[in-house]
Amino acid sequence: MFYIYCPHCGEHREEEEFHAKGQAHLARPLDPDNCTDHEWGEYLYMRKNPRGLHHEIWIHATGCRKFFNMTRDTVSYEIKEVYKIGERPSVVAAS
Amino acid sequence: MSQKNRLASGGRVDRAKALNFSYNGRQYPGFEGDTVASALLANGVDIVGRSFKYSRPRGIIAAGAEEPNAVLQVGSTEATQVPNVRATQQSLFNGLVCSATNGWPNADLDLMGYVGKVGGRMMPPGFYYKTFMYPQSLWETYEKFIRKAAGLGRSSTERDPDMYDKVNHHCDLMIVGAGPAGLAAALVAARSGARVILADEQSEFGGSLLDTRETLNGRPAAEWVATVVAELKQHPEVLLLPRSTVNGYHDHNFLTIHERCTDHLGDQAPAGQVRQRMHRVRANQVVLATGAHERPLVFGNNDVPGCMQAAAVSTYINRYAVVPGKELVLMTTNDHAYQAALDWHDAGRKVVAIVDTRQNPKGDRIDAARSRGLKIIAGSGVIEVQGSKRVTGVSIAPLNAAGDALAGSVERLSCDTVASSGGWSPVIHLSCHTGSRPEWRDDVIGFVPGKTVQKQHCAGGINGTYGLKAVLEEGARAGAAACEAAGFGDAAKGISLPLAEKVREGKAMALFHIPHTKPTSRAPKQFVDYQNDVTAAGIELATREGFESIEHVKRYTAMGFGTDQGKLGNINGMAVAAKSLNQTIPQTGTTIFRPNYTPVTFGAVAGRDCGALFDVNRFSAMHKWHVANGALFEDVGQWKRPWYFPQGGETMQQALDRECKATRESVGILDASTLGKIDIQGKDAREFLARVYTNAWAKLPVGKCRYGLMCGEDGMVFDDGVTSCLADNHFLMTTTTGGAARVLEWLELYHQTEWPELEVYFSSVTDHWATMTISGPNARKLLSELTDLDLDRDTFKFMDWRQGDVAGVPARVFRISFTGELSYEINVQANYGLHVWEKLFEHGAKYNLTPYGTETMHVLRAEKGFIIAGQDTDGSVTPIDLGMSWCVSNTKPFSYIGKRGMAREDCVRTDRKHLVGLKTRDPKVVIPEGAQAVNDPKQPIPMTMLGHVTSSYYSANLGHSVAMGFVRNGHNRMGETVFYPLADGRVIEAEICNPVFLDPKGERQNV
Repeated sequence: MFYIYCPHCGEHREEEEFHAKGQAHLARPLDPDNCTDHEWGEYLYMRKNPRGLHHEIWIHATGCRKFFNMTRDTVSYEIKEVYKIGERPSVVAAS
Repeated sequence: MSQKNRLASGGRVDRAKALNFSYNGRQYPGFEGDTVASALLANGVDIVGRSFKYSRPRGIIAAGAEEPNAVLQVGSTEATQVPNVRATQQSLFNGLVCSATNGWPNADLDLMGYVGKVGGRMMPPGFYYKTFMYPQSLWETYEKFIRKAAGLGRSSTERDPDMYDKVNHHCDLMIVGAGPAGLAAALVAARSGARVILADEQSEFGGSLLDTRETLNGRPAAEWVATVVAELKQHPEVLLLPRSTVNGYHDHNFLTIHERCTDHLGDQAPAGQVRQRMHRVRANQVVLATGAHERPLVFGNNDVPGCMQAAAVSTYINRYAVVPGKELVLMTTNDHAYQAALDWHDAGRKVVAIVDTRQNPKGDRIDAARSRGLKIIAGSGVIEVQGSKRVTGVSIAPLNAAGDALAGSVERLSCDTVASSGGWSPVIHLSCHTGSRPEWRDDVIGFVPGKTVQKQHCAGGINGTYGLKAVLEEGARAGAAACEAAGFGDAAKGISLPLAEKVREGKAMALFHIPHTKPTSRAPKQFVDYQNDVTAAGIELATREGFESIEHVKRYTAMGFGTDQGKLGNINGMAVAAKSLNQTIPQTGTTIFRPNYTPVTFGAVAGRDCGALFDVNRFSAMHKWHVANGALFEDVGQWKRPWYFPQGGETMQQALDRECKATRESVGILDASTLGKIDIQGKDAREFLARVYTNAWAKLPVGKCRYGLMCGEDGMVFDDGVTSCLADNHFLMTTTTGGAARVLEWLELYHQTEWPELEVYFSSVTDHWATMTISGPNARKLLSELTDLDLDRDTFKFMDWRQGDVAGVPARVFRISFTGELSYEINVQANYGLHVWEKLFEHGAKYNLTPYGTETMHVLRAEKGFIIAGQDTDGSVTPIDLGMSWCVSNTKPFSYIGKRGMAREDCVRTDRKHLVGLKTRDPKVVIPEGAQAVNDPKQPIPMTMLGHVTSSYYSANLGHSVAMGFVRNGHNRMGETVFYPLADGRVIEAEICNPVFLDPKGERQNV
């Protein structure tokens, strides 16, 4: 059970109020019709499954109904930071 | 009856309060303050169950949560049955009824024991996998037999009469365990003003201080406990929870506490009281002061009743005034366990010998034993126990210095009790729950909590710190550190700890498994895990069979499984595996303990969330009317929707036939309030709709409605509905009943993450409106009696909506149809819903206005070939597959969601599974939904399946069945025949046809 800080509400709330919505920073191609099937398939289906830091989208579903990004350690379940949609993470995995 | 093992004085039991209880059908006396275990021992009951696999008689080994054998079924009535209760944790109350869980026909005379003795060699580890796996068809038979034989306890077959509860907490410090470390930490924290929760699984606080004869400040330690508890009670921010097991430590310092509020008072909670409560705690800082469990040694027949932990012997004597035998042999690897012999001797019973595995033990307790004249046999071990239902004697032999081989001849001693101690295992279960790997420490001879990301502090036995002085100091330090981390740093000072006795102790020996004259595989059974009947020989066999990872050994042998979670046996098992693999224990590693620490009742997990409160129920504004008019209800998501309205003694089919005909012949009415409704506003609302729907929205004028399909990016349909243009920048979207929340989240996702530049706002208005659909040739006549709206067919056309008054209240009326009939969907403020509904019936009687529910709605729409998203779609069908290309735009400027997906190679194939109508050869036969189509029913199994039936009903209006389903390449196979072979052997023949069975030109809705 996570304890999550909603960057829109400015408060910690229980995980029950949130949903995870998968990997963050997947921009919809601007011109889908000119994507190849391969490119569209990559956008649709290919997701990272890292051991360690992962950037995810969450929604404060029973709160403010707003989406935000979370950087989470998939091993320890530590939440390293939350940040709004459109912002970039300040905590990233060492490449 | 006398309590033959009860001492005349001492202990924490109240001899003035005599209690009676029943065990296996016999009555026994006990005292207030007893546990079931201490009372059973006081009465000389040796056997408390039969072992899981070998069905050997088993007795009480421990005095706390780590007890593996005395797992009882408790309850005097069927409704109050509780399985898996540890006798060592259940407080005694008058009238308590309990019985052994294992054993058939009973624990004393056990027929299975015969199998265990004779079949011992036939039941190696992995026995069940090896023997019972084949043939697979018989597995269910085997399982029943195994379960009966194993006797895992049973739950009540009746409704639980008690009330359970849940409560959420936030606190600065959660302190787990109220022994010396926990109490010291709590005292520091309480004085700092922090909000503290202190929980302990036992009936009173004090932990080991309740069992000990050590003193604090020169007085019995329990006196200090009483003083501290009295002070803690005075602090308003401190919550004290005795009888409360912290059973789980979850991510981000979330802990669950299972409080047994009234289990010590009776079978059932007193009227109005909660029996058990689950506390859900979010703690800023956690202090684990969970102590340590004594580790028994592994030797031959070490499971015969009368074999106990040394510490448990002390606990029973000091806390409960019960000496569980007459003649004691103690085997130990350390100084501390000598206390058991000292207590035994001081209670007036005979200590036959203290067998110390160390060659030259030295320390204060050894001196104390010598001064009492107790016989100490150094450098030796108990290699084997004699007796079957009770210990009758032991064989002892000298050990070499390493303790891994015998070094002399075997000698026999007569006794009825064998206490053993291999040292202590820190109770690290909770620290493991969050994924932290424990670390081995040679000086502790045990695992201690490893690195963690939790805000966690450990103190006392859990760290392998056992001296009372050091434990108190560590507790106070941990409390102070936690307070500081929680922002209460300055206040946590100036605590004076009580003065503990100084006890000089010699070094303990790291020994787990006592060698025998025979090799382990041929020696008498040497149990490692009592509850799962895992022996040292079994673990060695597992390693010989190639299971080298401790996790695999665990699963192969079942060591550490079940309600026991390896409390007594894990370390011994790892030591045996490590030795067998020629490794060290840290190289072998440990398995991880999982929640729950001890079993938790379903009642406590469920709390009040059961029965009518299990889930939210949503009712429409007309619900009362439906109930009064005999509706049967169907659950659709959280909604209770009328299913059909039987009259008199009608069967379901008769009711449906009547409802369907009345609607098509005159007028019917449906409560459609549950459809999802989303209010969409903003200057870019229209553009947004064009991006999320597959069809065009640019030119929809105010006052018009349009049906739309919503797809995922993969081009697969996921919802549908009608959206109406209320004003140029204002739309009302409807969704399926079950999809409302998902669709709203979908719209928000795209707006917030992809197109934030669009100015558009979404709001759920499902509950704001009551929606009723009147449908049928007389719908216009009926509505005209109640409204000022002009209902002329040319001014209020199909797919128009109008604002007006209906039955005297403001209404939005939509001329849309899900039945194919002339229909009006009347939306009024929810509070007016019942009023308008009743007015319609006042005026509708002459038209035979007939209420219908979801089932007739399904039949009527299926007659028209209208799909239901989620029934006729499953996330793998495109609009084209559904035959709805008319609803897909190829000319919209923006590449809407689903467009690119639909253009993928696999989606543009022309022979995909298509949704088609299915007309059965025999018009009365209804194909079961889910049936699979095949071309040739005579082909060998497995047949080539072409697609399944999604919707299928009997149509009273048409006089034949109607069905829709998927058939591969179906759109190109009109008029051809497919077959539906069923599980019962029937084969239904059907012709592929257009799914619109009734009024294919759509004339009835345009009248």
